[in-house]
Amino acid sequence: MTVDPVDLCGVRLDGPILNGSGTFDAIAARRAFGDALLEAFPFDLFVSKTITLEPRLGNPPPRLWETPAGMINSIGLPNKGLTGFLESDLPLLAELPVPLCVSVMGFTRDELAALVEAVGARDEVALIELNVSCPNVETGTVVGADPSETAAAVERLRPLTDKPLIVKLTPSATDPGAVAEAAESAGADAISLINTLKGMALDPVTRRPWLGGGTGGMSGPAVRAVALAQVADVASRVGVPIVGMGGIASGAEADDFLTAGATTVAVGTESFRDPAAGRRIKAELAALRRSRPSVHAESTA
Amino acid sequence: MPAEPRTLAPPERRIAEVKAVERIGAYDVVTARDSIGPADPRPGQFYMLATGERWGGGSDERPYLPRAFSFARLRPLAGGQGADLQFLFEEVGPGTRRLGELEAGDSLALLGPLGIGFTAPDAGRWPLLVGGGIGVAPLLCWDDELRARGTEAPVMLGFRSAAHAEAARLFGGEPSVCTDDGSVGRRALVTEPLREELSRDPHVVVYACGPEPMLEAVKALCGELGVPAQLALEAGMACGYGACFGCVVPTVDGYARVCIDGPVFAAEQLA
Repeated sequence: MTVDPVDLCGVRLDGPILNGSGTFDAIAARRAFGDALLEAFPFDLFVSKTITLEPRLGNPPPRLWETPAGMINSIGLPNKGLTGFLESDLPLLAELPVPLCVSVMGFTRDELAALVEAVGARDEVALIELNVSCPNVETGTVVGADPSETAAAVERLRPLTDKPLIVKLTPSATDPGAVAEAAESAGADAISLINTLKGMALDPVTRRPWLGGGTGGMSGPAVRAVALAQVADVASRVGVPIVGMGGIASGAEADDFLTAGATTVAVGTESFRDPAAGRRIKAELAALRRSRPSVHAESTA
Repeated sequence: MPAEPRTLAPPERRIAEVKAVERIGAYDVVTARDSIGPADPRPGQFYMLATGERWGGGSDERPYLPRAFSFARLRPLAGGQGADLQFLFEEVGPGTRRLGELEAGDSLALLGPLGIGFTAPDAGRWPLLVGGGIGVAPLLCWDDELRARGTEAPVMLGFRSAAHAEAARLFGGEPSVCTDDGSVGRRALVTEPLREELSRDPHVVVYACGPEPMLEAVKALCGELGVPAQLALEAGMACGYGACFGCVVPTVDGYARVCIDGPVFAAEQLA
């Protein structure tokens, strides 16, 4: 059972299911599952973990906390840095049977520019996602929380590559729709949302913050309704394609996001529970589409 | 370099059927028939487990994420595929509470085998198994395999209480037992008799699994005496296959993921 192919910024995908950045390590998964992973790859586009210019160790453990219907992570973007990524990870990611999107984050606009230029020059890369959920160390503002900061970043980066640029919004902005509009006018080719929501947990014994990073990013079904509202709002305000995500765990939920205006959807936390979740969700979506070929917004049953 | 002791897992969660549940002291021993997975997981590898029904929806809507468990025993099914797998559960939270409610006939969702298992000793060294509490689980199947190869390894176990110490009778031989309260065996931490044993004969490889303080003490002792040790670590993890980066431990090369780079680590790798 299949779904229709999707065009995302000129990149043809066999279906609308992506992974959220940082929720699936295809290289590690291949160590665990072997080439069987490639034969039944769960996504139609693979999004890399966010890379930064310099290598990062990530946050001290503990890094996880289970919440009602979800979790908080405080991973801290561990990665090999640009050079390590290009040398050791990119060749392996190029072996995946789907197009590749590389997620990048910079602490300054110069860092972002260096990343976009270097990643954009590689033929293995189809799209670039800008993770703007980090503070600009020059201004102290979280780039993605501020429309003008986001626009300035995208304007600077847009001429540096001919690859489509996806801007990943943070749900912690006062008005994510305004950030999406600013990104679009600055030349963004697509918008993805939502990133995780800031969350916190206290150690039941010591009563101090449980997570090594103090706070973390909350994800899973618990955030789905928030995500759906933000996707619907952004879809009503921009014309570029939208990658919708946030707690999607079934084909029906993926269909909600597509109906709300997303062109594709990403599966994140659900893949932690089952590495084949993306494939299952795609099959459920296909079955739903076959039984209900014309899908329009419906009131909740 | 010999290949790492890792049997690959099918790349999706599957359903096993609970065949038997037995209470051994403080632990539930659950046997599940995994007819799809490999017949030859390596001792020390683990599975991500969740109940097939009512996972979530408990108090506070938890559990949500699957939980990681080393398999304790293995009986391959006829035909070369699938195995009856045994797991040890002890209630410590909402996940283990729900797993402890499993009955014969229930379904158990599992992913695995995952991670890297134990590596056999080099020539000239003998295995010595050291377990604490529920950490005896991966040592049981390792002991089984060593016995099948004709090696009877000494087994030294430490438990909190007599009820926990009942797990010692799951082993084939005669393990030496310590308890915190002296109710069974010697009143000591397991590292006390371990030190005596290693001082007597250091030509061993120590295979250890247990609570963190025990593993730290084993690591320190083996480092002091120059004895190689392989430690099976436990860590909270969301996925079990390297996706979430949640289960890291510090090593001499930076953080390593317990699920994909372990759970069995050479003691000298750990920082």
